[in-house]
Amino acid sequence: MTLLTVRDLAVEFRSGVRAVDGLDLDLDTGRVLGVVGESGSGKSVTSLAVLGLLRDAQVSGEIRFDGQELTALDRRALRRLRGNRIAMIFQDPLSCLNPYYSVAFQIAEAYRAHHRAGRKQAHRVAVRMLDRVGIPEPERRARCYPHEFSGGMRQRVMIAMALCLEPDLLIADEPTTALDVTVQAQILQLLRELREEAGTAIMLITHDMGVVAGLADQVVVMHQGRAVERGPVRDVFHRPQEPYTRGLLACVPRIDGPLPDRLPTLGAIT
Amino acid sequence: MDEDDQRDERAADRSPLLEVRNLVKRFPVRHGLTQRLAGHVAAVDGVSLTVGPGETLGLVGESGCGKSTVAKLITRLERPTSGSIHFAARDLAGLNETALRPLRRDLQMVFQDPFSSLNPRHTVRQILAGAYRYQGLEPDQPAEELLARVGLEAGHADRHPHEFSGGQAQRIGIARALALRPKLVVCDEPVSALDVSVQAQILNLLRDLQDEYGLSYLFIAHDLGAVRQISTRIAVMYLGSVVETADRDTLFAQPAHPYTHALLSAVPLPDPDLEASRERIVLHGDLPSPLDPPSGCRFRTRCLKADELCAAERPQLRTIALGQQVACHYPERTP
Repeated sequence: MTLLTVRDLAVEFRSGVRAVDGLDLDLDTGRVLGVVGESGSGKSVTSLAVLGLLRDAQVSGEIRFDGQELTALDRRALRRLRGNRIAMIFQDPLSCLNPYYSVAFQIAEAYRAHHRAGRKQAHRVAVRMLDRVGIPEPERRARCYPHEFSGGMRQRVMIAMALCLEPDLLIADEPTTALDVTVQAQILQLLRELREEAGTAIMLITHDMGVVAGLADQVVVMHQGRAVERGPVRDVFHRPQEPYTRGLLACVPRIDGPLPDRLPTLGAIT
Repeated sequence: MDEDDQRDERAADRSPLLEVRNLVKRFPVRHGLTQRLAGHVAAVDGVSLTVGPGETLGLVGESGCGKSTVAKLITRLERPTSGSIHFAARDLAGLNETALRPLRRDLQMVFQDPFSSLNPRHTVRQILAGAYRYQGLEPDQPAEELLARVGLEAGHADRHPHEFSGGQAQRIGIARALALRPKLVVCDEPVSALDVSVQAQILNLLRDLQDEYGLSYLFIAHDLGAVRQISTRIAVMYLGSVVETADRDTLFAQPAHPYTHALLSAVPLPDPDLEASRERIVLHGDLPSPLDPPSGCRFRTRCLKADELCAAERPQLRTIALGQQVACHYPERTP
């Protein structure tokens, strides 16, 4: 079943920059859509547009989520939807957490924003979520502050916060880019498990072709605000049709396979 | 015998250009208002490395393992607590700034963030001339020529850093490092801040310059793909120590340290079929704090093979195959 449909999305900033230009996306319930591209391709702006978080930009096109047209909703209705049915995690978990409050308080706060629940009940939910995302000793760690956690643990807290409301859609914008590779493997494993257990659909935004290959079912390759190629992940990776996609796949130095003397590059010196 | 002949002879007898022995750097840790000394953290704890002429040694590890501190010690931006750094027949470890200055001509550095390492008020021409000015020399290569060598245009010489993209700015940083015709260039995460297509261009450029000028590189990075692409030999660091060194192909085909093995299996492959079928070793927990490192083997708290011996005795680097050394009581590969 289709959960999110984006049609002819365009985002133009006041400066006249067209960050997204005629983008279509489709995401089914419980599936993972990878959105890949280099910096400036418009992938993050797309996610902000879906969440209705772009204030200073001209957004046009259709964004249909579970049958509802999001562009027609007012701020209050969007707020009810955000967190509750569509949640988001970002690259830098530290800048998303308030340093003055314990991690459990912040998860409980998100829960209480959408549910009628007392402090104690919300705290219990927070501890349960910390346990679920693999924080050891969740009872004790719940009272810790963000600075007492490592980068990987903070991203687990963000995931706990995002998932405590059992959203239908999780938008993950470069969720592992700031993490070390062994910690990245832990977080990707966690996202795989959550998707199996809870059936949450994920829109995964990343520049890392490896992360997409390991997690996504469908993939959209973005370049200069447009989708240059889309399809099932196997087709796009094994039989890329567009020169840009082929170039993007070929220029990544790999840890396996034949070692080229020189890496293929994409076009001119930039 | 003139200088060139000497250089050829040195390369011929294969003596290393850089030889680092038991390098240690401890930083004081201070607490509270009075900045009371609370102890020391050993960011680099007994590292030994060699870089041969024309060779690229890749130094990999995760954040906090001490690889950038190693770079700062070798270029003597930091003073080591103990250990030796033999470069061009001198021990850099004990030299003062005046004695170091002439040696810096042969030992240059390229940094991660190209913008913060270029003076925003200077033109590219001034930035490149700065390399000579610091040495009290007249520029012997015009800025235009240096720019051409790194793939930029002569017209770029009178622009300021903010007018360039990240990849172009990194090329300027490389041109500055090359201005004095160094023998060794220490590159600290030179491609991490760049987009993948730009990364590929910079890696190719570094390779071309090496072929042309016979440069040696110490290439420090966390990206194992980039390290494989450019290195001849690789050293893997964990929590202040080197846990494995090997030739490039050996390291990727037959890693001997459990940490190297886990690190390789954690790198996502851009191939959905391989990703679905591969064996994953997901390490538990995080890097321990270097303030309070585990006893014995530093990796034992996350290692599947760890036992009493690992807690009691710290393993030393030992040779287990030709060109492969590992610091582990139970290596994945036995001699």
